[in-house]
Amino acid sequence: MHDAGKVIPGIIAFVLFVTVPFWTNFGKAAPKPQPELPKEYKKCVESKEFMRREHMKLLRKWRYDVVRNNMRVYINSEGRLINMSLQNECLRCHTSKKKFCDVCHDYVAAHPYCWNCHIPPEEKKGWATKEVKSLTEEASSKQPASHH
Amino acid sequence: MVIDTRVCKKHEPCEECIKACHHAHNVPLIPNKKHEIKWIWKEEFEHAFPDTAHEYLDEYLHDREFIVLCNHCEHPPCVRVCPTQATFKREDGIVMMDMHRCIGCRFCMAACPYGSRSFNWEDPRPYIKNPNPRYPTRMKGVVEKCTFCTERLAEGKLPACVEACKHGAIMVGDLADPHSEINKVLREHFTLRRKVHLGTGPSVFYII
Repeated sequence: MHDAGKVIPGIIAFVLFVTVPFWTNFGKAAPKPQPELPKEYKKCVESKEFMRREHMKLLRKWRYDVVRNNMRVYINSEGRLINMSLQNECLRCHTSKKKFCDVCHDYVAAHPYCWNCHIPPEEKKGWATKEVKSLTEEASSKQPASHH
Repeated sequence: MVIDTRVCKKHEPCEECIKACHHAHNVPLIPNKKHEIKWIWKEEFEHAFPDTAHEYLDEYLHDREFIVLCNHCEHPPCVRVCPTQATFKREDGIVMMDMHRCIGCRFCMAACPYGSRSFNWEDPRPYIKNPNPRYPTRMKGVVEKCTFCTERLAEGKLPACVEACKHGAIMVGDLADPHSEINKVLREHFTLRRKVHLGTGPSVFYII
């Protein structure tokens, strides 16, 4: 091989450079996420293990049942009746999205889009509002329909 | 639904129903008319009933404001065109939106002859002053409209607009039940519906 003295150290240097993140983090584990659980409530919809593993599937089923089938009550494995609502039921006990949902979601880099529409407890007081001149009078009266 | 426009006329410029609905459902108040969102709003006779209006219309009708909203049609064109079935007709006749499925294609807006649907051209949240924490908002890129307060009906409450009207101008009931109060009202009064000739079968009736 021509220039083996340059090519082989070059390959070794390249491999070392590419694997730098592995060497710098070797033996160190990122701290396990510790979501804050509500103090005054002991029982969730289902068992802790079930919720940890299946909450996304459960929420998806709730969403389907409520919106498309107009079924709003969930009967859990103990026979307890639960109102199927993320915003009004789950967040009644879990009073902080930042300290509960986000802790694990950030850890695994999951970005569920629930909060694009559903209002997390932290934001229930509202958002920075843009200045609007007057109330509904202006928006709703004396104007032709815009979509006709 | 039956709207007694004679009662509305007496109490102009009342808009309790609009305020109640838009507060209950976190409908933003966007000043830009091209971006505005509306579930229930006011319209002049010639815009609400273009096929019935003519240039010699009497003043009594000409000056009156009509409350308009989604007609929850018997044969909803929006449902026919929706490619993801995000909008669908429930068994009880309500034309419902599944915001999770809406991809924002706006076919439904083109199909709806009543202009009942609004598209979120921007994030609505900065335009909501006092959000109702019990109801979600929408996000940029979805279409929304009146849902006949399905969340309130499920709790046994009347729709927000009906409850908010102090003068009893709006009435809801089961059209399929011949003995219902709403059928009695319809039998006893002359009513109009919007653009009936299109064959959509609108379910909102106006007592003139």
